[in-house]
Amino acid sequence: MTSNSGPPPDAATSEPAPPGSAPPADERVRKTSGLSRLLSRPELGAIVGAGLVWLFFAIVAYDNNFVSWATTASILNRAAPLGILAVAVALLMIGGEFDLSIGSILGFAGMTIMVLIYPTADGGFGWGVWPAILLALVFALAIGFFNGSLVIATKLPSFIITLATLFIFRGLTIALTRQFTNRTQLGDFDEASGAALADTLFATDFTILGASFRVAIVWWIAVAALATWILLRTKWGNWIFGSGGDANSARNVGVPVSRVKIGLFMTTAFAAFLVATIQAVQFNGSDTLRGFGLEFQAIIAVVVGGTLLTGGYGSAIGASFGALIFAMVQQGIIITGVDGDWFQVFVGGVLVIAVIFNNYVRQQAAKR
Amino acid sequence: MTSNDTALLEIKNVSKFFGSVIALQDVSAFVRAGEVTCLLGDNGAGKSTLIKVLSGVHKASEGEYLFDGVQQDFGSPREALEMGIATVYQDLAMIPLMSIWRNFFLGSEPTRGWGPFKMFNSTFAKKTTTEEMAKMGIDIRDPDQTVGTLSGGERQSVAIARAVYFGAKVLILDEPTAALGVKQAGVVLKYILQAKARGIGVIFITHNPQHAYPVGDHFVILRRGQVYGDYAKEDIPLEQLVQMMAGGADLEVLQHELEEASKEGGDDAALYAETAGEIKSDLQAIGMEDDEGDA
Repeated sequence: MTSNSGPPPDAATSEPAPPGSAPPADERVRKTSGLSRLLSRPELGAIVGAGLVWLFFAIVAYDNNFVSWATTASILNRAAPLGILAVAVALLMIGGEFDLSIGSILGFAGMTIMVLIYPTADGGFGWGVWPAILLALVFALAIGFFNGSLVIATKLPSFIITLATLFIFRGLTIALTRQFTNRTQLGDFDEASGAALADTLFATDFTILGASFRVAIVWWIAVAALATWILLRTKWGNWIFGSGGDANSARNVGVPVSRVKIGLFMTTAFAAFLVATIQAVQFNGSDTLRGFGLEFQAIIAVVVGGTLLTGGYGSAIGASFGALIFAMVQQGIIITGVDGDWFQVFVGGVLVIAVIFNNYVRQQAAKR
Repeated sequence: MTSNDTALLEIKNVSKFFGSVIALQDVSAFVRAGEVTCLLGDNGAGKSTLIKVLSGVHKASEGEYLFDGVQQDFGSPREALEMGIATVYQDLAMIPLMSIWRNFFLGSEPTRGWGPFKMFNSTFAKKTTTEEMAKMGIDIRDPDQTVGTLSGGERQSVAIARAVYFGAKVLILDEPTAALGVKQAGVVLKYILQAKARGIGVIFITHNPQHAYPVGDHFVILRRGQVYGDYAKEDIPLEQLVQMMAGGADLEVLQHELEEASKEGGDDAALYAETAGEIKSDLQAIGMEDDEGDA
């Protein structure tokens, strides 16, 4: 703590302690402790970044009504699905792995629901909404388990394994949907039985001060809070940090690294399922291309949120703020009327700056 | 070593093969409670493989593994750990990016609460880490400090303190003094004696006989995956231990080569002859001139 005011003469009494190194090291800790402690919070960069981006648009787009409840609602509604995914991906990346397949899992889960509830006359299965959602959940978790098991069993980089499953499950989504229904877009979610309850749970809007906030924001906050609690307050969190920090060392002290990693892949798959369900209800249907490219947006949000690409360090709160930055930029560009084509340029730029900043922060943290 | 009824941990005729490679062959060793068994060997002697067998990372291809006289067949380090066999690895099994208290309890987190609300008891973990480190004479000012910021000796002591705290009956130490300066190595040796005094059986793996001799009760010397020598402390003086580690046979070969070189004449002949003579007298002094050629 900051009360480490042990005077240097202390060294004389602690003869058995490793000599030489201890007293100067303590002096360094004392000098920079306050600043580096703040800097060593992984989410700090994203929180400061979110503030700066908001301030930027608040000034530039003030006349376009950026500072308003309506815009705030739009930003949060936009950020929520990405935020849910980013939180799960943050856990996985802290655990030292990648998942490029979440966009495809999202598409697959969404189409699973829609094909199952689609009328039998049109090539669907005519199921009720809830059995369909349940089976989509089972499929998603199975895909996550498959991803994780394959990574563990083959010892190949998860980047490669999930790049393969990205294609496999996007392809399956398109092929199977067309096989059954001869279409690539399915609508009329609300006509299936049980749709009303699903609508309440996944697509309610709350009107606060005249602006419409979606219930997905609540899901996002709940997922982020749960993830943060798991990371910082449970043994599973400790195991996630350990597995990502040094899998061998963690295994040597008894951490079930394989189980942790497979569980994390199932977590990202679950997040993809959750977003798929929310969007199927909200948009009253799904599309075989839904979630396309979302895996990269999620990874960017996570990295901007201060999580190290190499694992072992990061935060779910940071990932949420990363998603928020993403949504603010998108919304800001839309309402200022800047050509949307420039959006990706901006996102790429933010990513590079964030990674450089994070590297700097980590070096500072290591030096203290 | 012969089979021993009082051994806490014992391996008998253990072999380990990796495909066609024989990493260990017919290795036997034991440790009693409150004693230190040193496993000595140079690089490639099979020390690392033996540690992995002892700690449950690898299963022996052949041979017996007895703990408290009962045959064991560990599937993972966790199983060995649960029996009280704790290993402190050369790379310390520490995660540099994690704080000291998180590292200290990694894999054995104390929890409070119940069911799905079980929490990692961080208050207890921080307090205990600070206390246990203080017992080892290290003043951790801030358990939130990352392990990456600690010196080698400090990291080592965290690892040993952790194993002792978790009730290790057998402590396996993999080259704990290898990366340390003279004084820090002394500190670690002191902890080994502390563990021994607490009745823990210590298996101390090292390539340094100077570090092994002061703390060891038994010395098992490994070479090329086999037991090359096996002594109780009273049966072997330090000089002979050093000599066996340095490889008496290798020195003999060197001596012969130098003698040959000196016979060929040339500018350095006198020097070669002199060095060969020195080596010869050294070997005679420790009684190794003609025996133990290949062991």
